[in-house]
Amino acid sequence: MAETTRDISIQTRAVGDAAIIYASDYLNKLTGERIERECRRQFDSGRRTLIINFRDTELVNSIGVSILVGLIDAAEQNTARLIFSDVNSSTANLFEMLGLTRHVSVAANEDEALSWITESGDSASVPEARA
Amino acid sequence: METNTQRLIHAFSALADLGQEIADAGDFEDMLRNSFHLLLGSLAIRRGGVAEYDGEAGQLKLVAARGLGEPATDTLLLSPEHARQLATLGSATSLADATNEAARFLEDHKELFATVEIDLLLPLVVREQLIGAVLLGEKASGEKFTDEDLEVLSALSRHIGVGIHSHRLLEDVEQKAAENLRLYDGLRAIYKETVRAFAAAIDMKDRYTQGHSVRVGKYSEVIAREMGWAAEEVEGITIAGYLHDIGKLIVDLSVINSPERFSAKDSAEMSRHPAAGYEILAPISHPYADIPLMARYHHERMDGNGYPDGLKGDQIPPGAKILTLADSLDAMTTDRPYRKKLPLEDVLEEFRANTGTQFDPEVVCAFCRAFLNEIEGKKERRLLNLLNRNYSNIEQLRPLLNGMLSEFNGSSLTAIAH
Repeated sequence: MAETTRDISIQTRAVGDAAIIYASDYLNKLTGERIERECRRQFDSGRRTLIINFRDTELVNSIGVSILVGLIDAAEQNTARLIFSDVNSSTANLFEMLGLTRHVSVAANEDEALSWITESGDSASVPEARA
Repeated sequence: METNTQRLIHAFSALADLGQEIADAGDFEDMLRNSFHLLLGSLAIRRGGVAEYDGEAGQLKLVAARGLGEPATDTLLLSPEHARQLATLGSATSLADATNEAARFLEDHKELFATVEIDLLLPLVVREQLIGAVLLGEKASGEKFTDEDLEVLSALSRHIGVGIHSHRLLEDVEQKAAENLRLYDGLRAIYKETVRAFAAAIDMKDRYTQGHSVRVGKYSEVIAREMGWAAEEVEGITIAGYLHDIGKLIVDLSVINSPERFSAKDSAEMSRHPAAGYEILAPISHPYADIPLMARYHHERMDGNGYPDGLKGDQIPPGAKILTLADSLDAMTTDRPYRKKLPLEDVLEEFRANTGTQFDPEVVCAFCRAFLNEIEGKKERRLLNLLNRNYSNIEQLRPLLNGMLSEFNGSSLTAIAH
């Protein structure tokens, strides 16, 4: 059963034990901090699998990257799994070039991300990042 | 797109954002945090911090950090010698490839660097002065920092250094401005006290008019405020009131202290004092405008029959017109050797009868309004406190004051003057 909430401009959808967080069109300080707050809220509430959906994201600036790196650290500290999905090709190249993909799994789309989680019924089925 | 090109574009965009951040900075702490995030994001660096160097305290203090956990301390004592060493290390020093000099510095501080797990140290140097340092941990890619990376990080760090330096300069300027303002206020207070003491000295010369100059200053202050003068101008006319009779210092003491009404000869001697006052006051740089002119013209009349220059109507400076009324008010409400003080009804009647010829109607109306407001409790009792010493039943003046206001409000100067 999916449940959708919207906190200012951050849309979030809960699917089973996972939460999908939708990034906005430009990931900068403002929007990045909103995603960061939402992710930390999810970690604090015990959620251990988060999918950040970049379907609307055209551009990620340096502060956006820095915030995502911070979230990777936060996920590691919380023994949680972070998955990126629907990343456009230039953002995917950026994440690859900067080494973010060593620490997060990148799914082609939300369905694929969800399938990684639901195939075996827990987040352990998510493919390992390239680290 | 080739990876190197993409890397350059990303770094260039970080540099552009950083420039904007530093130029737009409203809050310094925010600027520093955001700039640091931009720097980390330019190469996806996982942890690090920015430390600001305080030369006076001799310490580096972490002012922005990420991923450093809880360092044992956020400050590092740094002697001037160590600060000089750090400033000369160059733009970026990798701990793995430190030069001898850098290695010595890092060795000296290995406890701090071990605590914060850094791989790279970038001193922030502006005009050969150490401003601070950027401490960086590993990249998310796990790769070593390349020469190109160091170039990018050095460029970004220089911007952060300049941002901190500019902020300090601005703080310095603000501090100096505040200090100057305090000094100026102090000097102004000293000036006012000196002038007030001087006013008392002027009045001491005339044994019949003790306190006259200070009262004229206070009456003028109330009237000017009622006329809507700015605070600075009100202060100015108060000072002018204190000093308006300074020219009496050159008038023969026997004339000033004569118990009789002035003879024609004495009057001529006395009438020298406004111009003499101007001569005394003009060479002084007063913090307020027109004080010498107000002293010179406080015996001019609207109809041109005053002295020393026989000015008429608008030729007389507004401040001098206020002093004229304040001076007359005090003269009529205090005892003189040749007559007792007048009843207040007579004083007001005197003003009424001479409005337009001696007194400016605007000034008379302002005085009446201020007086009425005080009687009705709408304003602080300034005039009343000054007059109450000598008068009672001031409330009964209300109809007279209202009548004068009706008579002179809106009347033009020329209509009454002619």
